[in-house]
Amino acid sequence: MTVATPSAQFALPLDQLRVGSRARIHGVDWSALEEGEACRLKHFGFDEGVTVEPLHQGPFGRDPLAVRVGRMTVAIRRTHARAIKVTLGA
Amino acid sequence: MNPAPLVAVVGNPNAGKSALFNALTGARQKVGNYPGVTVERKSGRTVLPDGRPVELVDLPGAYGLDPSSPDEAVTRDVLLGRFAGERRPDGLLIVLDASNLDNHLRFALQLIGLGLPTVVALNMIDMARRDGLEISAERLSAELGVPVVETVAVRRRGTDATREALGSALLGPKRAPGGVHADVHRQARSVADAAIVSETPVRRWTHRLDRVLLHPIAGPLILTLVMFTMFQAVFAWSEAPIGWIEGGMAALGEGFTAALPDGWLRSLTVDGIIGGVGAVVVFLPQILILFLFILLLEGTGYMVRAAFLMDRLMSRAGLSGRAFIPLLSSFACAVPGIMATRTIDNEKDRLTTILVAPLMTCSARLPVYTLIIAAFIPERDVLPGINLQGVVMFGLYVAGIVGALGAALLLRKTVARGASSFFMMELPKYQLPALKDVALGLWQRAIIFLKRAGGIILITTVVLWALASFPQAGPGEKQTEVSIAGRIASGIEVLVKPIGFNHDIALALLPSMAAREVAVSAIATVYAIDQADEAQMNQSLEERLSGNWPLPTALAFLAWFVFAPQCISTIAVTRRETNGWKWPLFMVTYLFALAYLAAGATYWIAVAAGL
Repeated sequence: MTVATPSAQFALPLDQLRVGSRARIHGVDWSALEEGEACRLKHFGFDEGVTVEPLHQGPFGRDPLAVRVGRMTVAIRRTHARAIKVTLGA
Repeated sequence: MNPAPLVAVVGNPNAGKSALFNALTGARQKVGNYPGVTVERKSGRTVLPDGRPVELVDLPGAYGLDPSSPDEAVTRDVLLGRFAGERRPDGLLIVLDASNLDNHLRFALQLIGLGLPTVVALNMIDMARRDGLEISAERLSAELGVPVVETVAVRRRGTDATREALGSALLGPKRAPGGVHADVHRQARSVADAAIVSETPVRRWTHRLDRVLLHPIAGPLILTLVMFTMFQAVFAWSEAPIGWIEGGMAALGEGFTAALPDGWLRSLTVDGIIGGVGAVVVFLPQILILFLFILLLEGTGYMVRAAFLMDRLMSRAGLSGRAFIPLLSSFACAVPGIMATRTIDNEKDRLTTILVAPLMTCSARLPVYTLIIAAFIPERDVLPGINLQGVVMFGLYVAGIVGALGAALLLRKTVARGASSFFMMELPKYQLPALKDVALGLWQRAIIFLKRAGGIILITTVVLWALASFPQAGPGEKQTEVSIAGRIASGIEVLVKPIGFNHDIALALLPSMAAREVAVSAIATVYAIDQADEAQMNQSLEERLSGNWPLPTALAFLAWFVFAPQCISTIAVTRRETNGWKWPLFMVTYLFALAYLAAGATYWIAVAAGL
């Protein structure tokens, strides 16, 4: 494998994405989530190829996160954001 | 005659469904519960342009036909005609948030696939335009194959067009249930792309506001300020109306006392019924003020932000950020606090919040705390400027909070075990709620409280009255000893002696089941009757208490009231909100157990310390 831009090569968990930077969802580890949580995330539109952008962080322990997904802003906890892998440069 | 056709108003949460429902039905709504679940059912009527009546039912907001909450399960079951006790809707009114088309269309496509006569309301079209979105209702209609009307429900715009479209849809030819695309996500996005004429990126209002309101430092400060204002209002604004209600009830009581001959009928009317109704109605001002704030916070979209800010702290106790406002409200009164738990979407989170809400120090505990502290705790400074009485009062509040957090953790590991607390929600756009919607919400809360809680409270008060009044004392006997209540008190006394309580307290505990503050008047009555010698006559209640109770008993009494579930209204509202007697009974049991342990521990530690 040739070394291209590292950001495109390695998927990053969404909770490590900086506030204000946009990324594309590379994949979601649905097995790491409970059924209701996975279902709700799908309902919010978290899906491969969708653009996401963390907008705000909670005041305590920088948790939860407010994430823009599509035209919607949703609040999720960091533990759940960890299951969403993104690639930069969307 | 056939019943009016039933049309379900359905859509995603935050699509403005309820506002459209209110706009179409006006104030004549029936609010109830779906049988077997604690999901609210709202229905109302509207009249089509051709004069036909239509019954509208406001289904709980959902993201799809695959439910992830009990509310969503109700929506699915009703739509599929599988909900016992609710007929299958004859038509659908799908509400979409115009500025959130791609997401909301997914559910809409599933709904259209059901094949029922359908009208789509493209709601909040004004906000979408403000966000730089230009959407064509015609193109959307062509893509979806159903009529689309533009609405701004909170401003009551587009209601006539909606009624007209509903009329033709219900008369129109039947549509066959269509298949839904395998990848409904992609389908939704492509329909949205087709309907969106142009999109001009603009700096969105909501984002700018959130920068301040969700700021790591400014956010919590503003939240504190909002909560402080709310509490000030709950106490300051309610003072006068509570005074009027108490005055009115007293006048009514006097009126009946004068009109009725002395006897059991007068006693039942004045002490039982009027006293009981008064005890309920007196809660109304605080409930209405608190709910005014809650409805405004919810309607503007700030409530979700408050939950966002507090979620991390609440999660430490196994709760979600959504529990913050209900628990905070419970410092005023657990009744509206428990009613406010409806905004918590996870069932276990909600149950836990309901069960610990009574541990928050409500305003009804204040008279009891004040009396006992004034009688037993010396007014001296422990540190310069810090008064011992204040420290004790503060300690009682802290004991309640610590108790609640501990109980929540324990409950989450035992009876309310389940998925870890859940916090995933949409942060809707900020908007100004319609005053009419707020007024309607307030009115419905008041009715629910008076009807459901009131009935139980009235019955219990009358029963308590009967226990205290019969059998009537003969000459030379004391009513407080001869009555059934007096005898029960003697029984209770055996139970509470180990934790340092005497017969007076045992007797006061029984009537104060109705409400905690009754304990004060009950104790006052006991000592009023027992004022044997002249010297005691001129003593205040506090002086008499400090002369009669050892200090460990007084401290144990305080500890008891931190935990004891002595409030019929709370129990009644818990029964309503959990839809059965199981959880209120559990709540009463565990809280009494905690109260007993806390009072016992306090008493014996105090005795051992030689107080």
